[in-house]
Amino acid sequence: MNSVLLVGTSKGLVVYQLEKKEWVVLGVHFEGLPVSMVYVDERTRAWWVGVSHRHWGEKLHYSRNEGTTWQEAAIPSYKGYDYKPGKPATLKKIWVIAHAGPDRPGELWAGTEPGGLFYSRDEGNSWEIVESLWNHPSRTNENQWFGAGKDYPFIHSIVVDPSNSNHVYVGISCAGIFETTDGGLSWQPRNKGLKAAYLPNPTADMGHDPHRVLMCRSNPKIIWQQNHCGIFRTTDGGAYWKDVSGAGGFPCYGFALAIDDNNTGLAWVIPAQSDENRIPVNLKLVVSRTEDGGKSWNSIDKGLPHSLAFDLVLRHGLVQKDGVLAFGTTNGNLYVSQDSGISWQSVAQNLAAVNGLAFA
Amino acid sequence: MAKVRFTSALTRFFPDLAEMDIQASTVREALLNIEKKHPGILSYLVEDDGQLRKHVNIFRGEDLIKDRQSLTDEIEPNDEILIFQALSGG
Repeated sequence: MNSVLLVGTSKGLVVYQLEKKEWVVLGVHFEGLPVSMVYVDERTRAWWVGVSHRHWGEKLHYSRNEGTTWQEAAIPSYKGYDYKPGKPATLKKIWVIAHAGPDRPGELWAGTEPGGLFYSRDEGNSWEIVESLWNHPSRTNENQWFGAGKDYPFIHSIVVDPSNSNHVYVGISCAGIFETTDGGLSWQPRNKGLKAAYLPNPTADMGHDPHRVLMCRSNPKIIWQQNHCGIFRTTDGGAYWKDVSGAGGFPCYGFALAIDDNNTGLAWVIPAQSDENRIPVNLKLVVSRTEDGGKSWNSIDKGLPHSLAFDLVLRHGLVQKDGVLAFGTTNGNLYVSQDSGISWQSVAQNLAAVNGLAFA
Repeated sequence: MAKVRFTSALTRFFPDLAEMDIQASTVREALLNIEKKHPGILSYLVEDDGQLRKHVNIFRGEDLIKDRQSLTDEIEPNDEILIFQALSGG
């Protein structure tokens, strides 16, 4: 049972613990500070937090004792690297951290804006940019890598094959999905089947906008993505992506995605209305759930507001572990489901905007 | 020696930070000397490429420094340097 939930908000980290069927606040950390990323390393149980200071820049902190004490880690640096020739790159945001595999203790990946992937061999004491991706010829092509809602492209999803640590996918908004099978020495785009309705050529090799990418732990060939232009699923490791958006265009647009660890057909998304509005469709907050790999979707509203809901769930705002799900919204609501997303319980209504969640 | 004062907001991250005397001929040199005494503080003040962060202000006396890019403003021995955060938030 997942009994501890980390909630990263724009005004701090709130830690909940499940006690006798109630989620109670265990503590508040980084109070008042914009916590932009949370991550729990399943190998070490270390808690990682990204803080996006308005004044002082991006910072990384970790705790090895469940938040009793925190240490500041090094931050990925672009020093010496140009975003484009003559324009030095600077770190804008740390979007995601992922451990590099059970056979690589202490090693971590970090995805950042403006598009740099970083690697640490010493648990975040130092980082080096992954030059093979930074130097990929597509990166400086402004038709292939560009910002989406931000000024620069950013890496928000890092998916490591649990059976092969050399096999990694990254999701980049906007560029698309890139795959390495040699531990990051070389990268290939894997965007066939995706649509980019905002491009003159919607089926271009690059320029796609995956909002969130997740791999089935029990079958690494199966990867899901909530994309700007629909929900897509591949069963062949990204050679081809199939559009599994709902019939009639619902669900389609959204940011958040969760998938089951074992059941390769089970997934959840939280639909939003178009990219112009970014509100729940018809102002009704629902979770869309599929059990058949996206062939059909059920809208679930049990325990969720049926009207006048303006909640948006960001890309890291929905998590699943062992059948327990949780999501947080940009207007400070937190919901948890303990029955595989069939019904939901309101846990908090007055948080700050939720940027990301993680089960500890 | 120039005198350097800091916004109190920085003491949340560097509890021992206090007004100090610094031997430096430029703002950049001053920041590097402060970094030696408080490792890590430089990354709170400047970007990867060395320019002053957008929402950090450094005053020499009552005047903002002019070179935010390379921090080449000269410092005189009796100067007072103030490192503040800009008025921004949310």
